[in-house]
Amino acid sequence: MNGAEALVKALKLEGVDVIFGISGGAALPIYHALGDPENGITHMLVRHEQAAAHMAEGFAKATGRVGVCLATSGPGATNLVTGIADAILDSVPMVAITGQVPTTAIGSDAFQESDIVGVTMPIVKHSFQARNANDIPRLVREAFYIASTGRPGPVLIDVPRDVAQAPVDKFVSPKEVKIRGYNPNTKPDLSELEQAVELIRHAEKPVLYVGGGVVSTEAHKELLALAEKTDIPVTTTLMGRGAIDDGHPLSMNMPGMHGTAYANWAIRDADLLIAVGVRFDDRVTGNLKKFARNAKVIHVEIDPAEVHKNRVAEVSIIADAKDALRELAELCPEKKHDGWRRQIAQWREEQPLFYDKNGELKPQQVIEELSELTDGQALMATDVGQHQMWAAQFYHFRRPRQLLTSGGLGTMGFGLPAALGAKVAFPQQEVWLITGDGSFQMNLQELATSRVYNLPIKIALMNNHSLGMVRQWQTLFYDQRYSGIELPDVPDYVKLADAYGCLGLRVTKPEDVRPALEQARATNDRTVLIEFIHDADEHVYPMIPSGQSVEDMRLQPRKRA
Amino acid sequence: MSLPNQHTISVMVENRPGVLARVSGLFARRGFNINSLAVSATEDPEISRMTVVTTGDTRELEQIIKQLNKLIDVITIYDHTDENLIEREIALIKVHATVENRSEIMQLTTVFRAEIVNITPSDETMIIEITGDQNRVDAFLETLAKFDVLELVRTGKIALVRGARAT
Repeated sequence: MNGAEALVKALKLEGVDVIFGISGGAALPIYHALGDPENGITHMLVRHEQAAAHMAEGFAKATGRVGVCLATSGPGATNLVTGIADAILDSVPMVAITGQVPTTAIGSDAFQESDIVGVTMPIVKHSFQARNANDIPRLVREAFYIASTGRPGPVLIDVPRDVAQAPVDKFVSPKEVKIRGYNPNTKPDLSELEQAVELIRHAEKPVLYVGGGVVSTEAHKELLALAEKTDIPVTTTLMGRGAIDDGHPLSMNMPGMHGTAYANWAIRDADLLIAVGVRFDDRVTGNLKKFARNAKVIHVEIDPAEVHKNRVAEVSIIADAKDALRELAELCPEKKHDGWRRQIAQWREEQPLFYDKNGELKPQQVIEELSELTDGQALMATDVGQHQMWAAQFYHFRRPRQLLTSGGLGTMGFGLPAALGAKVAFPQQEVWLITGDGSFQMNLQELATSRVYNLPIKIALMNNHSLGMVRQWQTLFYDQRYSGIELPDVPDYVKLADAYGCLGLRVTKPEDVRPALEQARATNDRTVLIEFIHDADEHVYPMIPSGQSVEDMRLQPRKRA
Repeated sequence: MSLPNQHTISVMVENRPGVLARVSGLFARRGFNINSLAVSATEDPEISRMTVVTTGDTRELEQIIKQLNKLIDVITIYDHTDENLIEREIALIKVHATVENRSEIMQLTTVFRAEIVNITPSDETMIIEITGDQNRVDAFLETLAKFDVLELVRTGKIALVRGARAT
């Protein structure tokens, strides 16, 4: 057995059954080992390494398991960088494996050499370079352990070619991982819990502000138990969408820049913010000084560094969201907040999420109809921009791990490979990608991957012939000087779909939206791409301009009756 | 004694390649200051000690420590703020010492309990070593400033807390 074979065996021991990647010189020994049909690991060849990383992310976000991507040295490795950066910001468990030039050549500027350990140092949870083939089984164990525990994140394993080819004397994989500088398992502290219960007990206008931590620990049942017992309304961040069923009367949809008016007003007036698995990101808070200025804060968070980073918390509970919510639900007494709930309901009636139905095709209509047709049950991947916000606002999410989106890094091009990664994990489920013409063109080559590996997904491409979100900002804040945002009418998406063996449809009228969505839902032998052509002047509302506060929120203009 | 908002922390790390880059990179990318940094072996060959002097208010210091703790290779961090420390720095100072001022320099060296470690008469130069806490080294350098200082090198601070407790 050599290092590469030990690597593959160690991956198998971690339960890996699929890897996304592209080969190359320095990765040849690893691919040789992977090619052995005995090992039971499927390798999916993508068309660009960035997509391999996003597929691993999509797989990981949909399943909660560690996603694995693989690339060769040099450009292969550097092409993974965006995906790794995406994974660290959204706390996605991922192991990225890279080939490297032989140890004897490291530092010599050899062909396809890049110091990928150095390049990725700021964007990994941890990284290893295998220096001895005998270490590989242990490194793999540690990598998976680190990637999947505590606050999840990406771990890189760099494998020089000579190490991959060196003989392994004995395959030793430690049963238990012990890393003295890494102790991720913190249980909620009883005195902190008691203080939190006191605050919850006395709060008159409490809000549960929940995020990715609730999704990644699948703490939706515990969240619901707490929210219902204490009668506290819930707002879910972009990463937290699906933590509570949007149909639940306590759900206030999303907070922040493009959150609902009623969620933002509730946060403005709240006297207690119970922040769970969130990091007070600027897209939620805007101006920190004015965010929830009347509220005390209970911060439940697994990563101690997030506590007091952006907002000082009166009570902090350093723990897994699921454990903390379970305890809180148990300890908190039942309560009713009728007046507060009525106030929020009134705001919601005055200012619901809506759009101007003026007889033209609207992207929000597409999402709304899709939500109805799929009964909010589909796996939804998105790219980044206006369509992403509309998807987050108008799709009726029901469960965690349903929305696969690039929140922290905001990576255009994330969506298609992420949708494919989710389809790999759940071949029987309906997987939709909501994308825009700007984002889609950043990784559209992966239509080939969908075709070759028979991963039929459904794509709703909102085509406004521009980088819509940038255009929106230029309209509102940059004197309507449209600079660098035009995407003229190429390619022809119907022909493009056809060229990749997919079904392409084009929709321009509102009455044709539903039939097209229905046709896509009924087509399961190949990927369907529907191009919805809509006006570039359609804006995402509500909007709190960057760095401002709820007082500056701009609402959807109302059509004159 | 130290400057306001100046903190000394000891970062105990795995003695592995790349650890210094991880620690210093973290300071750089999060905009934390490093006033001085000393990396050394410890009584345990598998552990290195990084003594970092940094500037920041309490909340910044808290972030620095928490972010450092997230590095897998960081084992423990000791925050020495308000602790009874023994701390040392070393400076080597090369001065132009003429016949006229040589005896004054030697006198000052004695007063500060510094040591002349080299004299090269042909070049009229002298190298003086001073070891002490930051204030003593600073004071000595200030005193020497009126002479012609040709070169100066100074280590980062190293520190231990008095008593039996591990620090």
